[in-house]
Amino acid sequence: MLEIRDLHVEVEGKEILKGLNLTINKGEIHSIMGPNGSGKSTLAQVLAGRDSYEVTKGEIIFAGKDLTELEPEERACEGVFLAFQYPIEIPGVANTYLLREALNSIRKYNGQKPLKHVEFGKLAREKMKNLEMEDDLLKRSVNEGFSGGEKKRNEIFQMQILEPKLCILDETDSGLDIDALKIVSDGVNSMKSPERSFLVITHYQRLLNYIVPDYVHVLVNGKIVKSGGKELALELEEKGYGWIEEGVSA
Amino acid sequence: MSIDFEKLAEQEYKYGFSTEVNQDVAPVGLSEDTIRLISSKKDEPEWLLDWRLKAYRHWLTMKEPDWAFIDYPEIDFNSISYYAEPSNNPKPESLDDIDPEIRETYNKLGIPLEEQKMLAGVAVDAVFDSVSVITTFKEKLAEDGVIFCSISEAVKEHPELIKKYLGYVVPQKDNFYAALNSAVFTDGSFVYIPKGVRCPMELSTYFRINAENTGQFERTLIVAEEGSHVSYLEGCTAPKRDQNQLHAAVVELVAHKDATIKYSTIQNWYPGDSEGKGGIYNFVTKRGRCLGDNSRISWTQVETGSAITWKYPSCILEGDNSVGEFYSVALTNRKQQADTGTKMIHIGKNTTSNIVSKGISAGQGHNTYRGLVEIGKNAEKARNYTQCDSMLIGDQCGAHTFPYIEVKNSTAHMEHEASTSKIGEDQIFYCQQRGLSAEDAVSLIVNGFCKDVFKELPFEFAVEAEKLLSVSLEGSVG
Repeated sequence: MLEIRDLHVEVEGKEILKGLNLTINKGEIHSIMGPNGSGKSTLAQVLAGRDSYEVTKGEIIFAGKDLTELEPEERACEGVFLAFQYPIEIPGVANTYLLREALNSIRKYNGQKPLKHVEFGKLAREKMKNLEMEDDLLKRSVNEGFSGGEKKRNEIFQMQILEPKLCILDETDSGLDIDALKIVSDGVNSMKSPERSFLVITHYQRLLNYIVPDYVHVLVNGKIVKSGGKELALELEEKGYGWIEEGVSA
Repeated sequence: MSIDFEKLAEQEYKYGFSTEVNQDVAPVGLSEDTIRLISSKKDEPEWLLDWRLKAYRHWLTMKEPDWAFIDYPEIDFNSISYYAEPSNNPKPESLDDIDPEIRETYNKLGIPLEEQKMLAGVAVDAVFDSVSVITTFKEKLAEDGVIFCSISEAVKEHPELIKKYLGYVVPQKDNFYAALNSAVFTDGSFVYIPKGVRCPMELSTYFRINAENTGQFERTLIVAEEGSHVSYLEGCTAPKRDQNQLHAAVVELVAHKDATIKYSTIQNWYPGDSEGKGGIYNFVTKRGRCLGDNSRISWTQVETGSAITWKYPSCILEGDNSVGEFYSVALTNRKQQADTGTKMIHIGKNTTSNIVSKGISAGQGHNTYRGLVEIGKNAEKARNYTQCDSMLIGDQCGAHTFPYIEVKNSTAHMEHEASTSKIGEDQIFYCQQRGLSAEDAVSLIVNGFCKDVFKELPFEFAVEAEKLLSVSLEGSVG
């Protein structure tokens, strides 16, 4: 599904990712952990196609296509979804409006007919119920005045509606209390499928109690320095990142 | 991918076609003879000719205003023609008498003149250059005593009303462009709503400038008697021409006791090309008098066209508890310049005014909000709320705000909020990540920004306005 080979990325002339390799197969859940500033969020932004992140070397192949050749909206239409660490506010634009436009744009790209208002409304309400979101969040402006928890739930809600092939969760657990964390995780877990892959970026092992990864990778200084199963997360929780970082510099 | 804000692609102005009709055009230049010619063309009574001449003689002593934040070459008022009418059948008795070319023009503009094809519940007065070619649903409106006709016709059919109200709100000598308009105005609409009547349809006038090198000087007058209610909308387009064309209109509204006038404008005059060549110079005086107690005048405008816009729809709140409102979206793209806003003059007690202005600048456009709120010394407990927001798209455009507040009564309550924001790359990226193109994202964000104003428009036109805004923004991201 996703293959990243020797990826080097610069932001404002500074190299952040320094030869990252990662392969994610269909149906797998991968987690990226690592200390602050190691390049976790940069990886998420690059996969989504953020403008200011320059790929200087390497390649990203997604479902047989070179992602770096595609505009962000084309990547979205191909099935790449990023749940933002800090969801963006868009005043005056109803949440439901953005999402319907987005869904229909993706459907159009994939040769499907647009969803009618009524059909969309039904779909939206069904998904919202599962995420225990208030109905009025549909009518409210995108993320404006949402609490931290509401914003994160809204990201998962959008993900459920758009049904991407690759779900990238960028620190989705930050700012969530334990109840919200559970709801959000349930929302993610309900989307697990043999056809869908997940890349879960997090600082803490806590989230991985709920969203159980198949693989855990440790990102340090722009490279994946250690990979393992879910037990690696527990080890990190216990020992911190220091022992790995020391291993790297040694 | 990259969002190149500087690159402005040339976008097609949908209404830029021109119509081939035989025109009867007055000779170029402005003199007392020109005015006599216009007056005789219209077969006007002597008093109106005198009224025009008085305005003209005063205009000669006046200077073009230069305080607005706009820049344009000097206008040679003697190099344009002041009157143009389609010469076939100048006075059509029915639709069949209208030049098919002109009917086709309105069809292309999406304004079919056949009543059965029109938007249900909207009556239209179609003004083509200097004359009104038809007014629809006149008979139906007459059943309720509503008068809706061209102002030329009103001069003949309802002289007592015209005599009383022409210049009642905007005197001949009010300002340079109003004086010019008073001297040479050609056509426009007249609306009269009798006491207690709620006008059963939306009324609208569609202004089209077609003739080359001709100014359009229309005059609109709306009188709402006690307890009446009317909603009126005007739309404007013009062909693409390399020369600048002058449009100097005057609109007067009179609201008596308990009356409400809602006046909406969707202005889409040709804005000129990306080099700033051509486009309409739009110098307009719009003003309403809330004469009676509890009267209400509401201006809503969506201004996307014109090379230059100079326009301040205003309310004089004379009656106690009267309300004035101004909701505005002004967009400048390419090299367009707009200096627009409102004046709210509080005279009566407990008067309220609300101002919501949304300025959007893209390309190399400059957008200025200029507003005056004046609370007179007897205006006890007057209230004003002003919200003035600017949005910038790209880094070569400008937004400017000039609020003037004069308060002469200590019981007044004033609120002023202003903001300037740059359309965020992260907002665009967020929408793109969800599957929208950068252009659709900009249009979505801008429409969201304008929502408070669009919701004031009659429903059918709100949809129209959103589309228009999207089209006008095309090319603002490359």
